[in-house]
Parts: sequence; structure tokens; C-alpha cells
Amino acid sequence: MTQKITIEPVTRIEGHAKVTIHMKEDGSVGRAYMHVNEFRGFEKFCEGRLYFEMPQITPRICGICPVSHHLAAAKAGDALTGQTPPHPASLLRELMHMGQIVQSHGMHFFELAGPDLLLGFDAAPEIRNVVGLIGANPELTVKAVQLRKFGQQVIKTLGGRKIHPVFAVPGGVNKALTLAERDSILQGIDAVIATTRVGLQIMKDWAEKNMEDINKFAVFPTGYFGLITPENGLELYDGDARLISREGAELERFPIRDYLDYIQEHVEPWSYLKFPYYKKLGYPDGVYRVGPLGRLNIAEKIDTPLANEELKIFKSLNSGKPVENTLYYHYARLIEVLFAIERIGMLCEDPDILSTDILNTRKDYRGHGVGVIEAPRGTLIHDYTADENGKLLKVNLIVSTGHNNWAMSNAVDSVAKTYVKGPEIHEGMLNRVEAAIRAYDPCLSCSTHAVGQMPIQLDILSPDGMLVKTLKRD
Amino acid sequence: MNKPKIASDWMCGCAGCHMSLLDMDERILKIVELADLRATPITDLKEPDESGVDVGILEGGVNNSANEEVAHKMRQRARILVALGDCAVFGGVPAMRNFCGVEAALKRAYVEAESNEPGRQIPDDPELATMTQARAIHEVVPVDYNVPGCPPDADTIFYVLAELAQGRKPEIKDEYLHWH
Repeated sequence: MTQKITIEPVTRIEGHAKVTIHMKEDGSVGRAYMHVNEFRGFEKFCEGRLYFEMPQITPRICGICPVSHHLAAAKAGDALTGQTPPHPASLLRELMHMGQIVQSHGMHFFELAGPDLLLGFDAAPEIRNVVGLIGANPELTVKAVQLRKFGQQVIKTLGGRKIHPVFAVPGGVNKALTLAERDSILQGIDAVIATTRVGLQIMKDWAEKNMEDINKFAVFPTGYFGLITPENGLELYDGDARLISREGAELERFPIRDYLDYIQEHVEPWSYLKFPYYKKLGYPDGVYRVGPLGRLNIAEKIDTPLANEELKIFKSLNSGKPVENTLYYHYARLIEVLFAIERIGMLCEDPDILSTDILNTRKDYRGHGVGVIEAPRGTLIHDYTADENGKLLKVNLIVSTGHNNWAMSNAVDSVAKTYVKGPEIHEGMLNRVEAAIRAYDPCLSCSTHAVGQMPIQLDILSPDGMLVKTLKRD
Repeated sequence: MNKPKIASDWMCGCAGCHMSLLDMDERILKIVELADLRATPITDLKEPDESGVDVGILEGGVNNSANEEVAHKMRQRARILVALGDCAVFGGVPAMRNFCGVEAALKRAYVEAESNEPGRQIPDDPELATMTQARAIHEVVPVDYNVPGCPPDADTIFYVLAELAQGRKPEIKDEYLHWH
């Protein structure tokens, strides 16, 4: 009897995914798939809208990282109208973005992935969540909540609200930072750095105890991609893109407006999420990973002291070569939180941060613009073409999670083959398959410009496809 | 006395309403004290208890066959159904798709987009949901409480949940209806 196991919905991730695991007669896994099961169609229904509406419309792609879309849309608008923002405006946008990195990454580590690490992959599903964490370690959970709150508060200070802020416009931003607001942000920094360091210690201790899992849990080579500073430092707000090979050699370095020369998207019939890859190597040889692991692999240093020290330790995990372990995404994510908090401190101390020179109103209208940002989950590209009145004719979006689609699908297949063995299927085996997706912190709303969810059910089929038995996991 | 059971799910939205729920910050401990959080996107139970829950919360509108199943199941199992946020209450931004239609939107994304490989097709595996008109939840199943906002403010969500968890009827007006 062959079985098809369906995990639906995959929980503790953003958006709608389901996994199907096709079992062979001998109880081993034949192939496992991650299906991204939603599609909204922003690229089409934004046609006909005005370019300056996009920083308000596109954040509704994703409520976890709305700032990414807000800023990428404003940056595409800057390019489209030829309004380069004044320096203080770029600093303020970056400040908002760092707030988002802290809240999104912090929430992921503690509230979404944390239950697997702190309570265990095999913990009972009833308690394997943030409420279980409250029970197990209330003090830590409150600190984690406050870490997220700190990031959200930075966003609200600048944009008036924590989710879907109103702040960036083509040419700059609509509000300057006051001295009191700046000081209030600065006051919170020490506490959140301390929480992040606790998180890093938890991660390191966990890694030490679970080295065997780390080294057999979806470890595979890919290229790595993301923005980079001119001196190859970690960059999250702006810069050229850098692509490195699986061995760590630089393959390309280019301004993101030329992305179509380098990136192409593959479509599979079994997922609404597309599969981007490096055009010159083709699919699937040209696949690469983005997000925290990708960024730390392409960066040679971090320009803030505490995070840079952590990066050195991280780089030693694979003797300076790219780190390939899926579970180290969690580790990389925390190092980025540390960087983002330190960067918030640096930005707040910058003499230009309180400037009111925040909007360039002189246009040099071009009608086409590409905006890019390193969203928490990876490189986000907005590409707009408008007519002479500013009405959008074409919108193309390549979102962070999309770049990791091949890697997530491969991780699901790999973890299923490593951990799922019939005939007795345990819940913990299936949770590990979900954890493979969770490590990438996918934002599936973003990736299909969509969202949604459902129950886990295990259908056992006879070889002719007849349903023999249904097992439910709740 | 057993604590009231709360379940939630998201459909065609952006997760922003659930994020706003988390923006109640430390008050989440109060909610956990008052109620038993069952199946939600951030817990690992996969669907609302078959034996029923007291409060079911749905974020997002209904824009495909999978969303329809989620909405019907939640309605069947929840004594009180709350539509959370503009997409759930009105359809929201994703309902803009209704102006161009599902086919045109799919074609743009999977066939025409500049970054696509040439000759690609729209995904059509039987595992995938079928896209439909985007609708507010009340157009699909009856709703007991509509909580608008994009997203609704964390204070509003806390008020609604705390009232429902204590067996009272929330009145969503005045300061609970403001847009920031």
C-alpha cells in the first residue's frame, strides 16, 4: 500500500503552505513537495493605479514585513520620478527598516521557531507554541515580547502605526524625527541587546547539544545572494547585489535595476510560488539562497562591533566557506538582530538624523523605476513602469521568500527522506518537515503576493488511489 | 470552570491582523490567562476542535476554494465568529483583483511577467486551491462580530477578545473604531 501524507497547514510560518509526502511501498519517502497554496495577483490589479499609491497598497502584501514593501515601493518611486531622497530621508527610512528587522526576526526566533528549539521537535503539539513557552520560561517570553515591541515602536515613532505605516514617499519621507523621539529609541537599546545575546546563547547551547541533527538536517550547497556594501559588509537597506557560488567565489555584482539580466523565474505546476535562479547557470543549477544565511555568507564583515564579533564565530562554522546548514538560519537571524539594534544606535547618533531636509520635490520624470531592499527574508524587488501621467502600466515583483523556494522545497524533500520512515509515522517526524520550512521563515503572503491556512490530515491511499484510512493530527 | 476556547486562522489577508493581535504585547499574557488558545497560525493544532470552540477568529477574505473550506469549518465549529480586519469585513485590498478577474491576474503573474522563463504555464496541480472571486467573510458564512481596520488597533483586538472571553458582548464603536 502506498501512502500520501498531507501536512496542512504548515503552522508557525506566515502564509499558506501544505506538504505532500509520497511514500514508497517499503515505507520510505519517494518525494516530498511543498505546495504554496495561495495567489492574490497584486502585479495585475495594481496596473492602472498611480505610482505614488504603491507605498500604501503594496504593504498589504504582507503584514509581517510591511515596511519592506513600503520602502521598496517608495524607492521604485524615487527612481521612476528621478527624485533622489536627501541623505537624512535615507537615514530615517533605514531606521524604520532596522526596527522591522528587529521585530520580524525577533518574533520569528522566539515565537515561531523558538518552541521547536526550546521545547523540542517532539514536544506535544498542544504546548509546542508561544503559550507553552510562557509556561516553560515566562521571564524569557516577556523579554522576547519586549524585543518585538521595541522594533514595532521604532516603526510607529516614524510612521504613525506599527503595521502598514504611512511614512516614505517618492523623494523622501513625510515626517522628521524629534529629539525626544530619538532619545526614547536610544533608551531602549541596552535592554534589547541583552535579550538578543540571551537568544544567541540559547542558539549556541542548542547547537552544541543537537550537532547531529544540525549536520543531517537539510544541509546542501547553493549559491547565495543579497545586497552588499562596497567593501563587502552586511547591507540591509541599499547597495549593489552580490551573488556568490556554492564555494564562496563571487559570480556577479550588479546594480539591481539590471536584475532581469541575471535573474529568471521558473514555474512548476504544483506551486503558486515561482522559483527564481541565476540565469546564466539555468534551472536548477543556478539556484541560490537569500535571507539571513545567504546574507551572512555573502558578507565578509559587519560594520557594527558586537555583530561583527558574532560573524567571526559564525564564519568559523564551516572554516570560512559558505555555511550550508538549514538550521543555522536561526543563528544567522539572531546575528542580524544584533546588527540591526546596533545600527539603530548608530543612526540615532548620526548628526543628520534630526534634520528636516527630508523630501526632494524636484522631479526628473523617467516613467520606469526599480526599487530594492533586503527584507527580513531576503532581497525584495519592485519594478514599475508608468505612463506620462504616472499611471502604472506594468508591475513586476520578485519577493524575498521566492528566491528561497527551491531551497525550501529541497529542504522539505531532504528532511522527509532523513526523518520520515513508515509504517509508523510519528507526529514529531512531520513536525521536523515543517521545521525545515520554518527555518527559512517564509512569508508566503509575500511570495505569492498572497496568504491562508488549514488542518493536518494523513490520507492513506491504496495503489489505485482509493482512500483506505484518514488520520488526523489534532 | 473551563476557560473559553479561542481558535483563529488567516485566509486571504496579509497576516497583519494577527500581527496587530501580537501588538497587544504583554497583554497577551492576560488573554492566555482568560482563554485557552487552540488552533491558530502560531500554534501547532491544525484545525479548530471538532468538539467546538467558543470564539473563532478569521482574518482575510475568501478568494479561493481552500479559504472557503476554512471559513465553513470555522463557522461550523465556533459558537461566535469574529471577522477581523478590513479584508475579512469588506474584502480589502485583495478584492481589487475582482476588477481585473482571476484569469488576467494569473496570466500576468505566471505567463507574462518580464522575469519569467518563456513559455510557462499557470500552476494547475490538483493539490492547489482554485482561485475565485474575492469576498468578505459575511458573503460566505454568517459573522457575529465585524472588527474593521487595516489592521484593527491592538487595543481594539484586546478589548474584543477580553470581552468575549469573559462572556460579554463587545461594542465596537468610538475609540475602538478609530483609524490611526
